[in-house]
Amino acid sequence: MNIIVLVKQVPDTENVKLDPETGIMIREGIDVVMNPFDSHGLELALRIKESRGGKVTVISMGPPNTEEVLREALALGADEAILLTDRIFAGSDTWATSFVLSEAIKRLSLDFDLIVCGEKATDGETGQVGPEVGALLDLPVITYVSNVIDVSDGEMVLERSVEDGVERWKVKLPALISVMRSVAEPRLPTLAGKKKALKMEIKVFSGKDLGFNPKKVGLPGSPTRVVSVFNTKVSRECVLYEGKELEEGLKKIIEILKPFVEGDGR
Amino acid sequence: MIMVLNNAFDKNSLELLGKARELANKVGYRVVLFLITGKEENFERAGGYGADEVVAAVHPQLKRFSLDPFLRISERVVRRYNPSIIISPATTFGRTLLPALAAKLKTGLTADCTGLEIDDEGNLLQTRPAIGGNVMATIKTPNHRPQMATVRPKTFPIPRYADSKKAKVVIEKVTDEDLKDRCFLLDFKEKEMEANIQEADVIVSVGKGLRRKENVEIARKLARLVRGAVGATRAVVDAKWLSQDHQVGLSGKVVKPKVYIAAGISGAVQHIAGMQTSEFVIAINKDKYAPIFKVADLGLVADAASTLEEIARRLESLREAGN
Repeated sequence: MNIIVLVKQVPDTENVKLDPETGIMIREGIDVVMNPFDSHGLELALRIKESRGGKVTVISMGPPNTEEVLREALALGADEAILLTDRIFAGSDTWATSFVLSEAIKRLSLDFDLIVCGEKATDGETGQVGPEVGALLDLPVITYVSNVIDVSDGEMVLERSVEDGVERWKVKLPALISVMRSVAEPRLPTLAGKKKALKMEIKVFSGKDLGFNPKKVGLPGSPTRVVSVFNTKVSRECVLYEGKELEEGLKKIIEILKPFVEGDGR
Repeated sequence: MIMVLNNAFDKNSLELLGKARELANKVGYRVVLFLITGKEENFERAGGYGADEVVAAVHPQLKRFSLDPFLRISERVVRRYNPSIIISPATTFGRTLLPALAAKLKTGLTADCTGLEIDDEGNLLQTRPAIGGNVMATIKTPNHRPQMATVRPKTFPIPRYADSKKAKVVIEKVTDEDLKDRCFLLDFKEKEMEANIQEADVIVSVGKGLRRKENVEIARKLARLVRGAVGATRAVVDAKWLSQDHQVGLSGKVVKPKVYIAAGISGAVQHIAGMQTSEFVIAINKDKYAPIFKVADLGLVADAASTLEEIARRLESLREAGN
């Protein structure tokens, strides 16, 4: 079974620092890591490959340093890594990103039974690229996959977590799924895996290699535009209660919470 | 025309109708509620919430969302109505159908908006939290139509119902061809509705300072009392005290409730970035110097579990006294 995993490099939010004045995340000097949701998707793909055979290909669109993240995927057991990198891709919104990813899959004639992506990326938090790629490739799509129950030839059974409960779906392959972190806990890379990955080739393609028109990708190809960015930092003065004052603090909390005890809060 | 697209005639639909009406009045647009749903209802009533027209595709097989039929039907109806704007709730439904629909229509889509305005030219100004929640970005779709956005539930008030207004109702025929699907629903297990942390007005969030997994029940009890949700730090989720959908922070969810209670949470940066824009923050921690107090409005230097228990006890007796 051949599986494509779409991955994105994101700032390492576990070690992020905030500007004390503005509360804005400091991006400079922050390491990039594989989007955590994608790591769980990659782990799922590796486990399916280990039980059923086949090949796992990771694909990312991003700046050249995305190679680090792809190298990590190879160290974990991916068989092939493809990086789509070009200045003409810069500034892509979710539509333009999905267009490039789906067209690359078509133009490189990649053979796949399943495309896996994370539910969302921890930086943009849109969760749109998965369903957009699915629609552009005319695949069946299941989002919010919380558990994979069974994989067999031509179909898989999985659980989808929604607001009011858990649905169980059977989906015909090829398909695209976007996964939540509960699908599989990522493994750690081994030394042998890292060594092997260093010798492996990451296939790099530019816009020209794949015949993209610069007007159809990147910022010019993106329907959306950011008009303004503003900061909503609220400064807080904490009133601290301790020791004998605790009772007073408790009373304040009760006053604050009392209105929520009745009514639906809308 | 502004189209509100949803899979149920529910509170999310009403909320978006109210906002759509407000925006439409500024530029003289019509408001159409487009429902793809499993059951026939008194759709005329949508008029009382701001809809001029309701177009409804109703079929028992459309009770639960599945992309193939929903995308087919929605693409057909949208191409016929040609709306300037389409908005949907940022639910698992909206966040799946709208990206697919935007891809088919080759247009832009903004996820999880918390603010919508319209300018004189009819451009939808879509505001959403950017990384960390305290940076907001306003986005527009200048040259593509429709302009599409998903909106975080509970962002706008539900409009007051005006009894006298009835919407025109158009039933969209659903054919067997429409219902063809490459995905098959095998079963559905309803779970007890635990409030979603992104929709809750009050979040009782817990950290490892709660000491024991069993103490999470205290937070649950308090959350139920205030009709809120239980949040958690990454450490609590990693220790499997709570599932991942409870996690607040950059690797979980960014939240903005009216009241955020951080109990036994010291305040790692990635957690703080996920809750710092809450309207009011209460922190309870034994360590007076815990960073969480720097982003709190009210702090108690105390044991988290027993304090939550005490708060719950007092609210309970208040409620009983009130009945």
